[in-house]
Amino acid sequence: MRRIGIDVGGTNTDAVLVEDRGVVHWFKTATTADVGSGIVAALEGLMADPRVRARPVDAVMIGTTHFTNAVVQRRDMTRVGALRLGLPASASLPPFCDWPADLARLVEGAVHMVEGGHEFDGRPIMPLDEAAVARAADDFKAKGVKAVAVSGVFSPLVPAGEERAAEILRARLPGVPITLSHKLGRIGLLERENAALLNAALTDLAARTVKGFTEALAASGIEAPLYITQNDGTVARAALAQAYPVYSFASGPTNSMRGAAFLSRRDDAVVIDVGGTTADVGVLRHGFPREANAVVEVGGVRTLFRMPDLLSIGLGGGSLVSERPLAIGPRSVGYELTRKALIFGGDVLTASDVAVAAGRLDLGDKAKVAQLAPDFVRAALDRARVMLEEAIDRVKTEAGEVVLLAVGGGAFLIPERIEGVAEILRVPHGAVANAVGAAIAQVSGEADQVFQGLARDAALAEAERIARDNAVAAGAARASLKTVEVEDLPLAYLPGNALRVRTRVIGDVAS
Amino acid sequence: MRPLSLDDIEALAIGAWILGTGGGGSPYLGLLNMRRLYAEGKTVRLMPPEALADDAWVAVVSNMGAPLVGQERLSDSRNAARAVTLMEEYRKVRFDAVMSLEIGGGNSIQPLMVAAHTGLPVVDADCMGRAYPEAQMTSFAVGDLRPYPLTTVDPRGVESIVHQVPSWKWMERVSRKICAETGSTAATCKAPRTGREVKDWGIPYTTTQAIGIGRAVLAARRAHVDPVAAVIDHAGGKLLFKGKVSDVERRTTEGFLRGRTRIAGLDSDRGRTLELAFQNEWAVGWIDGRPAVSTPDLICVLDTVSGEAIGSETLRYGQRVTSIALPSPKVFLTPKGLQHVGPRAFGYDLDFVSVFGN
Repeated sequence: MRRIGIDVGGTNTDAVLVEDRGVVHWFKTATTADVGSGIVAALEGLMADPRVRARPVDAVMIGTTHFTNAVVQRRDMTRVGALRLGLPASASLPPFCDWPADLARLVEGAVHMVEGGHEFDGRPIMPLDEAAVARAADDFKAKGVKAVAVSGVFSPLVPAGEERAAEILRARLPGVPITLSHKLGRIGLLERENAALLNAALTDLAARTVKGFTEALAASGIEAPLYITQNDGTVARAALAQAYPVYSFASGPTNSMRGAAFLSRRDDAVVIDVGGTTADVGVLRHGFPREANAVVEVGGVRTLFRMPDLLSIGLGGGSLVSERPLAIGPRSVGYELTRKALIFGGDVLTASDVAVAAGRLDLGDKAKVAQLAPDFVRAALDRARVMLEEAIDRVKTEAGEVVLLAVGGGAFLIPERIEGVAEILRVPHGAVANAVGAAIAQVSGEADQVFQGLARDAALAEAERIARDNAVAAGAARASLKTVEVEDLPLAYLPGNALRVRTRVIGDVAS
Repeated sequence: MRPLSLDDIEALAIGAWILGTGGGGSPYLGLLNMRRLYAEGKTVRLMPPEALADDAWVAVVSNMGAPLVGQERLSDSRNAARAVTLMEEYRKVRFDAVMSLEIGGGNSIQPLMVAAHTGLPVVDADCMGRAYPEAQMTSFAVGDLRPYPLTTVDPRGVESIVHQVPSWKWMERVSRKICAETGSTAATCKAPRTGREVKDWGIPYTTTQAIGIGRAVLAARRAHVDPVAAVIDHAGGKLLFKGKVSDVERRTTEGFLRGRTRIAGLDSDRGRTLELAFQNEWAVGWIDGRPAVSTPDLICVLDTVSGEAIGSETLRYGQRVTSIALPSPKVFLTPKGLQHVGPRAFGYDLDFVSVFGN
């Protein structure tokens, strides 16, 4: 395994070369507005090292927060036509019904609901009204929508309706990207539909972004397949990822946790990533972040993505410190640290200044914080410790002491001893844990279905077969697949001992 | 009689989910329907049960089915209203008001959706005071009121009437079959009740109670104080146990979600274990192996930080939860009431001892 991992963050673009045993070399540079030239610069910096140039790499994996930021900042999204299959059911809650008004105004191009969809046991609710689908397509064309999202009732169980509707749409709307909700998984019509709508609205940006990535790679003279990292710590081929930008929403924190696991060789631990503004705390289980089980909101839209279950607190290296009353954060000087902090000649007291005064950090000019009273410095760092302890305690899922992996530029705020923590590992190369996480990403496949009339063992086996096939379709080597998650939930009130099974397998990227 | 504001309904959704005692389904989709109806200019009025004339007719409504199906075939306000007008056509009566079967969970919003379309006032009452899994677990059944007729409605125009059954248990069996055939979800109107029956056997002011609980949670969150304590204060409840979910075991028997969960104690409960058994809703709790709480006392499991209710279907390993008890409606504390909803009705050979004493 010899891979380049790249993290395109809001502030920095990091590139790292990882070989089987660990990090060979890394390079950090500023993110650029066009993204591409930042990647080119990071790759140039990386390849300045002869060990990097010595042999070709197997793959390049890029992680980016670009798509989430587009939703949060309400930019670069296109108008979408929504088509729901399921009438006469669910009619009083049409697509976009629970979106924030400002985002709906930006994205909602046209909404159509037609007869179709299925029951939980696979029977059709109504036959698909193909003529109505055609009329919807013509209306989308008249209104000039740039992408279409199709959602069918119970489509994760029976995708045929969405697929037939897509055929009709494609014939009438050549070249318009179409997102089918069943490709985004999970039971929960509104949340799945919302994911499909967001995805459709981002396909144009995703195409441009991935094109930029590809060109940057070509400009750097690297010939290797390009992968984009996903929310769950795995990757998808660039062409597939380009069609599903929503799957990359939370890849940043995921990559940093996975990177921490790799660098520390610990698979089960609490990870804390202390940055400039926030500290993100999550839990690693079997080397992967524990996922949030509940509804996840992205830019105010309810979705059901596979996202790491993270707790963010407003504490980082740039956090503002006030003396009376003693408080740290949540406001931060952010990327202006090197201009505004006392140690850099500025006039704002930050967490970094306090750490330098205490001798915990060597940064800027120590003389500029000599006037801070030792009692105050101690009290401020103690306050930070309590904040970290509370955050760590809240994410812990087992009693007893845990191993804590500390990464990120603000990790100096973590003291030597923390209540409830047996061991604190300050991870080497922790500053680029994110890019390392991208480099080591794997491929996953999932099944999430209701089974009826099958014995539990048979249902679990069938779910695993589906998940393995999905993983191979996503680019995994079949022999390397292992099952990392099996969850079965009997369904109250449904006849035939109905069982909802969710299974996930992961494996190495097929070479 | 007073108009309900949208703020009232937002609070109702939070409070009703807590009163769901682990079941009842999330009120979120019902709330979404109400937001849209209010945006169209509809409003709903709430009337106290004592304002009902003895000979008034009251429609008792619920959505029946599997919560999972409800996540795909979304709650539809017009469908809910159609079950009521179908009953009017069949019985040749005009309803004067509408009320909820169960205030716990999604069915708290069902009468509001009906009211928004029909203009009927909503009676500030239900017949469970929480959520219960079976048709005979209501105050009307405790009062031996007539269990039939019942209407069910599916939006495809499948409209059924259960004309007559000899018991509440038969009503449960027959209506469950109809519901399964139309996709395990159906809007229903239960046996019509007179104003007299609602005043004698309904559980009064449960809508107001749910709104109050929801408002207490929202106020506590705004003030950054403990929302769980706010629920206890508001509803006269009792803190049972604080901890972390350490195990969840679920299985389907006789069409219900049954199982047990273990919660490992934290803070003042450190070193102790709460075990909760459920049949859709939390039924019995043991602390360190000794029976500590049981239905009909309301057992609620809340997110320790947000105060949000957690259902038996969504409970998961590692969650930080606080279990509290709220007092049961008096009608279930009588020997007849305990036959319907006491621990033995759920298969536990225990005498009911309320955590609130007598």
